[in-house]
Amino acid sequence: MAKYLLLKHYRGAPAAINDVPMDRWTPEEVSAHVQYMNDFAARLEGTGEFVDSQALAPEGTFVRFDGEGRPPVTDGPFAETKDLIAGWMVIDVDSHERAVELAGELSAAPGAGGRPIHEWLELRPFLAAHPTVTE
Amino acid sequence: MTSPVDEAQLRSLTPGVLGILVRRGADFAAAEDAVQDALVEAFGAWPADPPRDPKGWLVTVAWRKFLDATRADAARRRREDLVEGEPEPGPAPAADDTLQLYFLCAHPSLTPSSAVALTLRAVGGLTTRQIAQAYLVPEATMAQRISRAKRTVSGVRLDRPGDVATVLRVLYLVFNEGYSGDVDLAGEAIRLTRQLAAAIDHPEVAGLLALMLLHHARRAARTSPDGSLVPLAEQDRGRWDTRSIAEGVEILQAALARDRLGEFQAQAAIAALHADAPTAGETDWPQIVEWYDELARLTDSPVVRLNRAVAVGEADGPRAGLAALAALDDSLPRYTAVAAYLHERDGDLARAARLYAEAARCAPNLAERDHLTRQAARLNARRGR
Repeated sequence: MAKYLLLKHYRGAPAAINDVPMDRWTPEEVSAHVQYMNDFAARLEGTGEFVDSQALAPEGTFVRFDGEGRPPVTDGPFAETKDLIAGWMVIDVDSHERAVELAGELSAAPGAGGRPIHEWLELRPFLAAHPTVTE
Repeated sequence: MTSPVDEAQLRSLTPGVLGILVRRGADFAAAEDAVQDALVEAFGAWPADPPRDPKGWLVTVAWRKFLDATRADAARRRREDLVEGEPEPGPAPAADDTLQLYFLCAHPSLTPSSAVALTLRAVGGLTTRQIAQAYLVPEATMAQRISRAKRTVSGVRLDRPGDVATVLRVLYLVFNEGYSGDVDLAGEAIRLTRQLAAAIDHPEVAGLLALMLLHHARRAARTSPDGSLVPLAEQDRGRWDTRSIAEGVEILQAALARDRLGEFQAQAAIAALHADAPTAGETDWPQIVEWYDELARLTDSPVVRLNRAVAVGEADGPRAGLAALAALDDSLPRYTAVAAYLHERDGDLARAARLYAEAARCAPNLAERDHLTRQAARLNARRGR
């Protein structure tokens, strides 16, 4: 019973095996990919392991505090940022092995030519908010 | 005139009502749904019109819900036959029903998270929404987890004795989840373990109940107002719940007297020795080391040997603790935090600060990470002066 984040990168992860940008796929291949992702989420809901799934726009803004009474400073987006998150899925599973198994399945989503992308997904355990009761 | 429903009292009737439905011939999954529906109806109806016989009311309403659901499914004609007969409840005493439900919900074919969810719903009477909130997952996910668990155990017969150890592991998991959402899971685990102890005479059930009560007694002292962790040695012992401690000690002593030691009794004995010390300095560490030796013999768990190293450090000095630690695998969770503590006690502050910082990086939860970071910061600030 632990939550894990499956993190999908626009940039920053090692190159996938079937590394063709999505805009060079056929429309049918794009549809098949989207369908695979939806089916995967639905299946995890069915197994009682799904928590959340979100996608992020590639453009972001950096913001920081600039002193009392002054508006926050904004900057970016920075084209050179190495690590860019595309989206995530949060799962709640019984073991680390199960989390790895599911990440592997998600990485098999079809891409160009209908073949698995073999995309690298980053698997990160959540820090629980509170400690166990027994010290 | 309305009176609020005593939720814990209402929920305590759940397993007995469910057991009666199952003995009347309802299958477990359908009966469990019917009891949930009846509980929801009770929360609505009882404040204005409290029943004289709450359990009888629940049985009547749940049975009606079960029949409605069955009738709605015309394909299941077989169940209609049950309607005609409406057999009386069988001769088995209610305690047996309750016990069988614990066994079923902790069945070895279930994953730990499924067993926990099913136990909280079918034995604890919590709603799917409450369980989902407590475990911070969507309600739809928790609903699926529970219905899959019910399918998994659908072929299990309810009249076979199960393994108490699996039930205790499930209750211990619930207890350790602590408090989140509007459900106090530690309190719920204590209630369910108390109910189990009433249904079966078993020293390890008593041991687990004692362990929970002794830990729960320290809950108020375990965190400071800002939410940070307060280690055992620094807790304000005046804030420990003495009634809960007294009850835990009494239950433990009765269990130990039966001379069938198990791991929960041994853990409770250690908790009782801590509870017994008026100040941290008066803790009977040599006896705690002896209990850890017992526990290591019973479980052969590396985590136990790690805790034993801490106790050895207190009983015989930090060098002895470090020697005990050296025999263990340094990849164990919390190994580095223990090493940091023992090195600090030994006066090697630079090394302790470095180890605390390293332990913080691999801490399994936020409260511990923050605590370890503060320990590193404290030592670094002292060394910097």
